[in-house]
Parts: sequence; C-alpha cells; structure tokens
Amino acid sequence: MMTFLKSRTSLLLFLFSLFMFVPATTSHADELADKINKLAEGGFNDRQKAINELAATGDSRVVPALEALGDGLLYMQKLGNKVVIVERAGSNFKLTDPITLEALGEMPKGALEKIKVNNRLRRAVRDALGGLQLNSKKPADRMAAAEAVFQSKDPDAIPLLDAAIEKETKADVKKAMLEARAAAVLSSDLDDTAKLDAIKVIETRSGRDSRSILLGFAANAEGKLKSAAEESAGIIERSLAAWAAAQNVWYGLSLGSVLLLAAIGLAITFGVMGVINMAHGEMVMLGAYTTFVVQDVIRTSYPQLFEVSLLISIPLAFLVAGAIGVAIERGIIRWLYGRPLETLLATWGISLALQQTVRSIFGPTNQEVGTPDFMSGAFEIGQMTITYNRLYILVFALVVLAALMLVMKRTPYGLQMRAVTQNRAMAGAMGIRTDWVDALTFGLGSGIAGIAGVALSQIDNVSPNLGQSYIIDSFMVVVFGGVGNLWGTLVGAMTLGVANKFLEPYAGAVLGKIVVLVFIILFIQKKPRGMFALKGRAVEA
Amino acid sequence: MRSYLKTLLGATAIAGVTLAGATAHAAETIKVGILHSLSGTMAISETTLKDVMLMLIEEQNKKGGVLGKKLEAVVVDPASNWPLFAEKARELISVNKVDVVFGCWTSVSRKSVLPVFEELNSILFYPVQYEGEESQKNVFYTGAAPNQQAIPAVDYLMNEGVERWVLAGTDYVYPRTTNKILEAYLKGKGVAADDIMINYTPFGHSDWQTIVSDIKKFGSAGKKTAVVSTINGDANVPFYKELGNQGIKAEDIPVVAFSVGEEELAGLDTAPLVGHLAAWNYFQSVDSPENAEFIKTWKAFTKNPKRVTNDPMEAHYIGFNMWVKAVEIAGTTESDAVIDSLIGVTVPNLTGGYSAMMPNHHITKPVLIGEVQADGQFETVSSTAGLVPGDAWSDFLPGSKDLISDWRAPLSCGNFNTKTGKCGGQGS
Repeated sequence: MMTFLKSRTSLLLFLFSLFMFVPATTSHADELADKINKLAEGGFNDRQKAINELAATGDSRVVPALEALGDGLLYMQKLGNKVVIVERAGSNFKLTDPITLEALGEMPKGALEKIKVNNRLRRAVRDALGGLQLNSKKPADRMAAAEAVFQSKDPDAIPLLDAAIEKETKADVKKAMLEARAAAVLSSDLDDTAKLDAIKVIETRSGRDSRSILLGFAANAEGKLKSAAEESAGIIERSLAAWAAAQNVWYGLSLGSVLLLAAIGLAITFGVMGVINMAHGEMVMLGAYTTFVVQDVIRTSYPQLFEVSLLISIPLAFLVAGAIGVAIERGIIRWLYGRPLETLLATWGISLALQQTVRSIFGPTNQEVGTPDFMSGAFEIGQMTITYNRLYILVFALVVLAALMLVMKRTPYGLQMRAVTQNRAMAGAMGIRTDWVDALTFGLGSGIAGIAGVALSQIDNVSPNLGQSYIIDSFMVVVFGGVGNLWGTLVGAMTLGVANKFLEPYAGAVLGKIVVLVFIILFIQKKPRGMFALKGRAVEA
Repeated sequence: MRSYLKTLLGATAIAGVTLAGATAHAAETIKVGILHSLSGTMAISETTLKDVMLMLIEEQNKKGGVLGKKLEAVVVDPASNWPLFAEKARELISVNKVDVVFGCWTSVSRKSVLPVFEELNSILFYPVQYEGEESQKNVFYTGAAPNQQAIPAVDYLMNEGVERWVLAGTDYVYPRTTNKILEAYLKGKGVAADDIMINYTPFGHSDWQTIVSDIKKFGSAGKKTAVVSTINGDANVPFYKELGNQGIKAEDIPVVAFSVGEEELAGLDTAPLVGHLAAWNYFQSVDSPENAEFIKTWKAFTKNPKRVTNDPMEAHYIGFNMWVKAVEIAGTTESDAVIDSLIGVTVPNLTGGYSAMMPNHHITKPVLIGEVQADGQFETVSSTAGLVPGDAWSDFLPGSKDLISDWRAPLSCGNFNTKTGKCGGQGS
C-alpha cells in the first residue's frame, strides 16, 4: 500500500511538473478529452471514479471542467457524446470546450444533457480541486485549496502539500497548508510520531472542524494516539465552550435588535399616542413588500443598482407605510380616540383587510427578496460566527432608534408631538393643530414599522403573514419596557432577546418562549407600567 | 393573547367568504367541493391546491364532464381555522350537496373534518404527505405515508454514509409522529441514541441562530451528519437563510426536508442551498410527457409562466382522476358505490408510471429524492426501483405494528389487529 501510494504520488508530482512547464502535446490533450468525456458515462459511482482519475492526472487544465461539474454547468452533447461547459444564454446554451476553453457556439437546451452531480460528487470535485490548485498563482485559490484538503483529509495530497509549503511565501496560506497537511497525515499510514505532531497542529487550529477531525480520528485510533487526540479535542471543546457564552450573548442581542426594530414603531403609536394598533404588523409587512417591488423593478430595469436596492427601499417603505398610516388615522382611528376596545377591533379588522389585499395582489406564496452581497455570509471572531445580515440589522435598529429620539427631542415637530400627547387642550390653545399632529405621529410610527419591514425581509418570509408573527412580540417589548419610553423599548427588546437565547439551549425553543411569557406576566403583575414607567401627571392622562 | 386573536380571526372568518360557483340547475351538474384555506397562515400552501382543482375540473369539463354531466366547483374558505374546517365541510355536504370533497392540508384540519365525513358519509381526498396511523372509510389519502417519503430518504442518506442524525421539526403532530417512526427505524438500524438529536420549534419560528449553531456543533463529532427536517410552513425560509449564512454546505451537513417543495423554494435565493435534499413523490423537473403537459396547462391556467408545480398538486391530479374513473365505473356519484369502486382504480401519475388505490385507501407511488438546484428546482438523485405502496400503520411503532387496514368486504376495517384478530384498537 505504502509503496503504491508513494509511486502513485511521485508519478503525480512528475506529471504535474511536466504539465507546468512543457506545452501539452495533442495526444495528451486527446487523452484528457477522453477522460473528461468519461464524466458523462454511467451512474454516480462511475462518475466519482472518473473524477478521481482526472484528479490523478494532476493537470491544471482539468480545473475548469471540474469546477463546471461542481456548479452543474457541465453538459454532454446528445450527438457525439462530447462533454462541454455551458453558459445560459436565454433559451440557448453557449458552449465552451472544457480543455481549450474555446467558444463552440450556441445550442438549444434540448440537444444537451446535463451531467448530474449529487453531494458526494460535489465533495469529490471539491477534494480534487483542492489537490489541483495548491500551486495556483492566486493566494486566495491556494488558501481555498488548503481548506479543501483539510476537509478531504486526502493522504495522497501530502507530497503536493510538502512541495507547496516549501514554496509558499504568505504566512496565513502556509499555516493553512500545514494544518491541511496535519489533517491528511491523520488519515494516512505514516508513523505515530508524525501523527502526534499532527494532532498538536490541529489542536492549535481549534474550531469545530478541528474537533470533528480529532474525534473522527480518535474513534479509529488506539493507545497513545487515541488519548492524545481525545485530550486535544477536549482542549478545543473547552475553548469552544467559553466562546459559546459570547456567541449566545450575540444571538441574544441580534434577536433583541429584531424585536427592537419591530417594536419601535409601536412604541410611538401605542407608547406615545396610546392607540392599540393591531395593524402594526401589517405596516412591517408593507415595508417588506415595498422592498420586494423595488428589487423587482431593479432586477428588470436597472440590474446594476441591486447592491443598493435596500437603501432605495428604506425611504420608499417609510413613505408607503407612513402614508397608509396617515390614511388609517384620518379615516378610522381619529373617530375612536378614548375608546380602546373599539380601536383594537377596528385596527384588527384593518390588519385582516391589508393581509388579504396583499394576498390578492401578490399571491399567497412567499416572495423572494434578494440579499445584496455585502449582507451575505459571515465572519468569525475567534470561535464566534457573526453573520453580516444580523450585524447590519443590529446597527440599523440602533440607528433608527437614535434618529427617532433625535426627532422627538430636538425638532419642533417632536416638541409639538409631546405637547399634544401630554395635554391636548393646552397644546391646542397654544396654536398647535392637534389633529394633524396626531395624523403625522401615527404616520411616523407606521413609517418606522415600514422601515423595519425592509430589514426583516432579509431574515424572514416575505408573505402576507409576515406581520402577524411580530405583533405579539412588539406589544410584549413595549409593555415590558415601559409604555411611552423609547429607552425602555431598547432595554426591553435586548433583555427579552438575551433571555430567550439563554433559555433556548436548556429549555428548547418552544418551552423557552413559554418561560419568557410567564416571566413577563409575573413582571407586569409586579410593575404594571413596565421597567421604565413614565412618572408625573402625563401618566394619568 | 394569541388565543384571543384566534377567536377574533375565527369570528371574522365565519362571517367571511363563500366563493360558491354558479348556483343554477343543481341537478344537471355534479358538484365537487374544494376545502382549502384561502386566507390565514395556511393560505400560502393551500391556495395553489384550490387553483389546481379548478384547473382539473375545467379540463374535465372540456372533455365532456363525468357521466355526461358537467362538473361544478364549490369553493369555501376555512381560513386556516381548524374548527371552521368541520363547519365548512358540513356546509359543503349538507347545504351545497357536493358529491366529493378535495381538501385539507394540516393533519389537525383533517382530524377536525373526519367525524363530519363519517357522519354524512361523503368522500374526502387528502393530498398532503402525513404521519400515517390513520385509515378511515370516507377518506382517500393521495399524499405520502411515512414509508413513502421519510424512510426511503433516510435510507438514501445512510447509503451516502451518514451516521449522525438531527431530527428537526415544527412542534405538532406530523413531525412528532414522523420523528418517532424515524427514531425507532434508526435505532433498529443500529444508530446509537447519542447519534440522534431531536429538536422541536414553534410554528413560524424565525430566529434559527441557536439551533443552526447547535446543528453545527452536533455535526462536528467526527461522523457524517445529516438533518432530517419536518419543519413546516413559514419557518423554513428563515431556517434555510440561516443555514446559508452560517455557511453550512450540503456537502458537509445535508438537510433533507419533507415539507419543502418547489413552492416553498420560490421565496428563496437557492444558490447557497444547492445540494440540500427533499423527498417527494413528484418533482416539477421530472421528465415525462404527462408532466410536460400538466405544467403547460397549469401555466396557461394561471396565466403566469413562472408558476411552479409541486407534489400535493400531483396528489390532487391523481386523486381527481381516480375519482372520475371510479364514478364512471360505478355509474353514479353515490358515496358507497364510489368508495367501493375506488379501490383498485389505476390512473397515470405525472412521473411516467401508474398509481393504484389500495384497499387501505392509500395509493402506490414512486419515491424520489431530489437535490435543490440554483434555479429553485429539484434534480432527482435517487428514485425507488418500483412503486411503493402506502402503509397506513407504521411497522416501526409498537402500537401500530400489528394493525392493517382493508376496506374491502368482508373485512371492511381500517385498523384490523392481526394479533387479536379483531377490528378496532387505536385510531378510527
């Protein structure tokens, strides 16, 4: 086995260097073409063999074909069984030769057959590419290749890695390669000392993958190696546990920021104006649908603007939801001030009507709202994963809150608003048009709910039911934080978020939610006005 | 608060819509009831089924109807409110005098209408995959039983080398029963209890951060891990978004779902989800002449070239054609005669084969495992060699192992216990 491996890998190396420096001859190209054409034959097992054979050539010219295969863009021409890379161009496909990368013209879909891949094959492709790209000119490719070998733990890659490590100049890529080598060593049949060294290297890498590799290795190892691997896995586990607490706080803050966004608008309409607005959730939903419409227009007419589609949506969502808010206030709510039960029923009716209207216009199914690139993915701090969309939502929620506070405290309009809510008659006597201030305040609360919808479209369904899932939580936050107090809303949202996330691992998502609800009920018994109750005469009004 | 809202919703819906078709000349038409939610939380899935029934009825009428009479659709809206399903079912049967009803989605809505169909002796076609453990005289189950969806999916993953399992579901009867069956099945295959993680979440759960990171953690124990998802409805989109964002790739931890079809994927950017799996008995991507025709008719009917088709739609297609055939065999729409002649009826399905109604009121279907593609479609990566007959009573649960169902005379029993030799036991 050993010698076979060695001879195979040295051959690989030899071939590899050959192709690196000597221009390929036609016969080689034909041979390669045959091997690529083999990808189209048989079932998944045959295809896996064909992939391994291609990887074994060590020829970097097979990279485009393998990449295309992994992406599902490798097709076979039904006539002549030639394998080609395709690019979708309307109803036709643009064909490219997989080796020479020459354009081969266009063909209708029907004349081509897709070479199917499943997860196993995608993994095989990833592993094969890992081996092939270790010598790529781009550091990012080399990094990805090292990562791929780390995942595949392919012992055949060790000689390639050794060669690559020697040449590598970038420190971080080199480190990744050394770690990849260590992972490969653990699944090779090298001697125990090499493996013990490898265990140490992986231990310093830390992280879930490393623990996974060590535990997988320990399961099949014996004696000294087993205990060393288990010990290292234990060390990683302890460092992970410490990070897990930090991660939980982050999840809590992130959930809190979502609650905050959903509740800020309500803090105005319910908190400041005292209107029990059951249609608040639907304002959020309208904001989300505005985002959808904006993206739809951008997709069809101005695709280059997609990255800023959310920024465009924010003011539009504010205007749409705000305008509908003003209309609701002028049309219905102003007749119902001082009659909370009727307001509740009327706004609940409005919410149903809005839901069904949206359902009739856009259909009952979810709409796809795309995520711009800058909001996709995640980055890591230590062992903590922070997803960009959640980070932006947290920042956005705080910005919205700050802006709202500024409006309330520092603008004449904010002053009028506070004056009207504190003493309507007196404010009227001072020349404030109280009914218009009411309408604008309700519009402001609704508009902010619309803005929240833009953010929530990034993490939740955009469906007519979107608002319903937030209305309960929003009321909970506002009541818990203290009616009429924006700081209370902030603290309330964050407290509930973090509490929820700390309960979830122990109690499960279902029970965790119940526990939080019971807690709030008890809390309200004790402090009916919430955490930060308003004091003074305003309360009695 | 929530139940208060529900009551409100109910009250509004009772007062609400009855979209009945033309009312003229009851005797000259055969009435077909459609009992799907057109408002409320389930409207997202059920509205499509109402549309597909209208299309099937229209197509049948173009062919001359049934028994020389035109079909007439009677549509009601039970508004995702379970008790209202029973009321609306009663209204369809006793007031509108329909001869057959196609409807329900959730198991709880089906359970709610069962007594009504039994009492008034009508016929219900139920088109959604469900947890099994039921066989009722008046109900025909055209969706998948667990052995037609869950078990083959788990077998496929086992074949791919999966050793550790996360069973994640929404907290209600279908996921709980399915997971119970799967847990017993996996343990029977030698999977240790430590290698199974079971997790339930509420309906509409939208914050998946903790659970996805738990799955990541569970998957880092050095064994190949997969997630079997019975997460239902609205909760799926945030779940898949979180998976994509936290970088869980299908090559590492695949998720196989039983409630995610083409319709659900339509609301998602599927590029980060390529390779995640779903098990169904039908995919829109299946290449057969019947399917091509069906998709064409559907897109023309809805006047929307982007509309997708899915598995429960195929179930209604099969169920409707079975009913038409059974009525023609029986020569009448009278319930008892149609129920008797339905057993054994065979009609083409959309995947290029035939489905037959069995004596236990379930049908035979092929099982397909598909991987999500970047265009929001599934690509079949595995399909059963032949048709799988639906098993009403799971062989993997202690209470139902010995039960069989056979509605043919002389047995005529939905839960015959082969050990005691008696009809009756649990269930109906």
